[in-house]
Amino acid sequence: MNKYTVINPHSKFTVLNTHVHNIDGVAKVTGRAEYTFDVKLPGMLYGKILRSPHPHAKILNIDYSRAMEIPGVYGVVTGKDTLGVKQGIWRRYKDLCDEQVLSVDKVRYIGEPIAAVAAITEEIAEKALDYIDVEYEVLPSVYEPLDAIKKEAPEIHEGVERNINVTRHIEWGEVEEAFGEAEYVREDWFKCGGQAHMCMETRAAVASYTPEGKLTVWTSTQSAYYHQALLAGVLGMREGDIRILAKYVGGGFGGKFELDGAQFCSAVLSKKLFRPVKIVFTREEDFIATKRRTPMFYYVRTGVKKDGTLCAREAKVFTNGGAYTGMGATALYLTGFFHSFPYRWKGYRYDGYRVYTNTLPSTSMRGFGAPQAMFCSEQQIEWIAADLGLDPIEMRRKNSHHEGYEVPGQATIASCGIDQCYDEIRKWIDSKGKLPANRAIGISACGFMSGGIFNWFDTPYSFSSAVVTINQDGTVELHVGAQEIGQGSNTTMAIICAEALGVKVGDIKVHSGDTDHCPADLGAWGSRQTLMTGNAVKMAAEDAKKQLLEFAYAQSGLNIVYDLDIKNGWVHAIARPERGEDFVQLVRKALRGKDGQRIVGRGYYTPHRKGMISPAYSYMLQGVEVEVDEETGKIKLCDSMTAHDCGQPINHLGLIGQLEGAFSMAAGYGYLEYMPFEDGKLMNPNLVDYKMIRATEMPPANIAEIDTYEPEGPYGAKEAGEGLTNPTAAAIGNALFHLFGIQMKECPIRPEMILNALKEKKEKEQEKKGKK
Amino acid sequence: MEKRLLTLNVNGQDYELYINPKTLLVEAIRDHIGLTGTKRGCDTVSCGACTVMIDGMAIKSCSVLAMQAEGYQITTVEGLEVNGKLAPIQKAFIDNGSYQCGFCAPGMLMSAQALLNENKNPTEWEIREGIEGNICRCTGYNSIVRAIDGAAKGKYTEAKS
Repeated sequence: MNKYTVINPHSKFTVLNTHVHNIDGVAKVTGRAEYTFDVKLPGMLYGKILRSPHPHAKILNIDYSRAMEIPGVYGVVTGKDTLGVKQGIWRRYKDLCDEQVLSVDKVRYIGEPIAAVAAITEEIAEKALDYIDVEYEVLPSVYEPLDAIKKEAPEIHEGVERNINVTRHIEWGEVEEAFGEAEYVREDWFKCGGQAHMCMETRAAVASYTPEGKLTVWTSTQSAYYHQALLAGVLGMREGDIRILAKYVGGGFGGKFELDGAQFCSAVLSKKLFRPVKIVFTREEDFIATKRRTPMFYYVRTGVKKDGTLCAREAKVFTNGGAYTGMGATALYLTGFFHSFPYRWKGYRYDGYRVYTNTLPSTSMRGFGAPQAMFCSEQQIEWIAADLGLDPIEMRRKNSHHEGYEVPGQATIASCGIDQCYDEIRKWIDSKGKLPANRAIGISACGFMSGGIFNWFDTPYSFSSAVVTINQDGTVELHVGAQEIGQGSNTTMAIICAEALGVKVGDIKVHSGDTDHCPADLGAWGSRQTLMTGNAVKMAAEDAKKQLLEFAYAQSGLNIVYDLDIKNGWVHAIARPERGEDFVQLVRKALRGKDGQRIVGRGYYTPHRKGMISPAYSYMLQGVEVEVDEETGKIKLCDSMTAHDCGQPINHLGLIGQLEGAFSMAAGYGYLEYMPFEDGKLMNPNLVDYKMIRATEMPPANIAEIDTYEPEGPYGAKEAGEGLTNPTAAAIGNALFHLFGIQMKECPIRPEMILNALKEKKEKEQEKKGKK
Repeated sequence: MEKRLLTLNVNGQDYELYINPKTLLVEAIRDHIGLTGTKRGCDTVSCGACTVMIDGMAIKSCSVLAMQAEGYQITTVEGLEVNGKLAPIQKAFIDNGSYQCGFCAPGMLMSAQALLNENKNPTEWEIREGIEGNICRCTGYNSIVRAIDGAAKGKYTEAKS
């Protein structure tokens, strides 16, 4: 049902580059894995949040005295119980810290928290919400960025002119001169929708504040460290007095590394009541009161030569920022950068405007601005190839990045396998032969980052750290701050540690998701952990190994020109692998030699001098075979092939899972996952009306993995699993273009849009006939 | 509403509960009996995270009242393994990487097992239909389909693993 092939495979490793079962597997298939959703503490109260029914209003008064009379209600908190800190994840930039989470005097979107209740049951807490009386002064609202930037639009944040929250400018080369060289210029407007992260585990937190002034929070997070630091900021506490626990997390996808209502309100309630408080969002709350993928309006002008050489591109983007900044500022930059991918432009100019509106805030989501960028770019490239009568694969190929290419002022590409991706997709298309009349194939190319180099969070710590401790029986404790959210980072780190140390994956216990015991790490976002935490783990394991080998050298009496190594728990001279000793024996001797102190290896990673964006980039090309029912406009995905370069694969089983999963989310973005708003209200905040890919909609996901070597990554590895969220929407659009000649400029591509486009096309054809 | 006494048989064990008659089966299992393997991901009977088996058939436990399940054999994810030995379908999920965050896995495993109880040799399409009621946001389902297919073909029975 799926074909997985590795092109140019290497096999110089013992553990790495094999199929390794996820080390959390037994816990997850037996129900033993305990998520925040499952946490129950003695004396625990249940919290519920009162939310704004208005998209824009002043809060004049909150009276919760009636709620307090209900038996079982322990307490209510409002913005007045907080320090009123305007917080945000871009901590270095005060003007981008704009969200109080529990509003003090004004609400800016429907669903914004106003008060929170704690009671002995969830039912009582929910009932108590009806007895909180809020007086509002409703203000005029605005919902679309192109309306919100008008002079007469209501002001959403005080002093923010025309509601422009962030602007970003990227430019290289002489853009107008490069356009001057173009023999063909095309311009298009696109509209890209939002998307819900839709983690299976909704936002959840259990906060427990105790009289000694310590706070422990179990939460569903992508970065335990971020939440430790963010909570410290809003509660006026020291980071070290806050412990975040997140062993198992039911999905993240970019939506769980900012401070959310569950975390903040449970902490404020617990601090007031000195009892543990649990808040779990309902699915509806998770839809209306978290954040979403950033909706974008894209203007794209592209100039090319008649032979298909790309000359220049200019893009202008207006994003619907919703009520607050969140990670939207990063998405605004990254969409502009990846819009240039994976091509070489002589001149490139991007201007992005993130605009506040009175809607659900938008933020990062798997792909981080790039799925929108590629939906526009990769369709326009396809149309240009058709306009010029060129082969779309060859036109892409001749303009693509290559090893050693420098994106001017932005990035240096140290590894790039895209050229072979074109070969693999061509082969796949050829192998399909003639397709049925209602089917066509669309392709789309892209690239993605392997972790960001930026430090808007203003951490004083290394971006990633790891500690390797070796026990007397040869078992290994690996402490990392990398956050396991299902992507398999615990397994990836265990593999890297085992490979570097020369032991088995089963010898390694990974400790993560606990800020009391694990080193700080920025966490799981921007595809950073494999490269950054992976480098830290490799360094820590090599440090421990070096300490062990010192003892082995001392006792071996070998000539200094010979090297020792450890593989599969066997310590040996590389030149004479049969001569050696058992790893455990060496560990015991080393312990004795160190007067009983355990061997501890330390490692860390922070990118330096790696351009503006990321230390490394993945590349990929995807082909999707699409079938359309002309009567209903319904899309069906029949088959797919992804040619993909993630450097050296660490674990093929994990890699396949990441690619298939990213593809399903990307397909959902392309044609199913639609978030319609009316007067600021999301119209489908439930899983009946919000459609996503189910098992019956998922096509085969064939993969050709191009094995390259990325010098900055651990063992040559780079990003996998986020980048593949980027190409699919455009690939579906391109299939429709080849099937019917229609151009889809809005995503998700919904049936009525296809029917309208077909109708329009028919009318135009008839008009032409009539004229003849 | 007056509380009621009822007995639920979960994973072969009788549990006596004194609960509000409006209590959903999923609430009884998680909150009253304390078996938290079974998850909950929506309020609209849409996601399948709470799927359990009732007399071997897959049922979303948020769609029935606890009282309606009295007298039936209820199986949750905790009931699949026997004396520390994983069931073939659990081994198949591990071998194929058929979960990532793992939140849908308890329900998905129940739908998969119920399908195999009913249909020993499902086609790929029958497998897909069998788990259509379960949302997985992480895997893209194909690895789950491979696992169920492998389990159906006897790849994970005791003798072979």
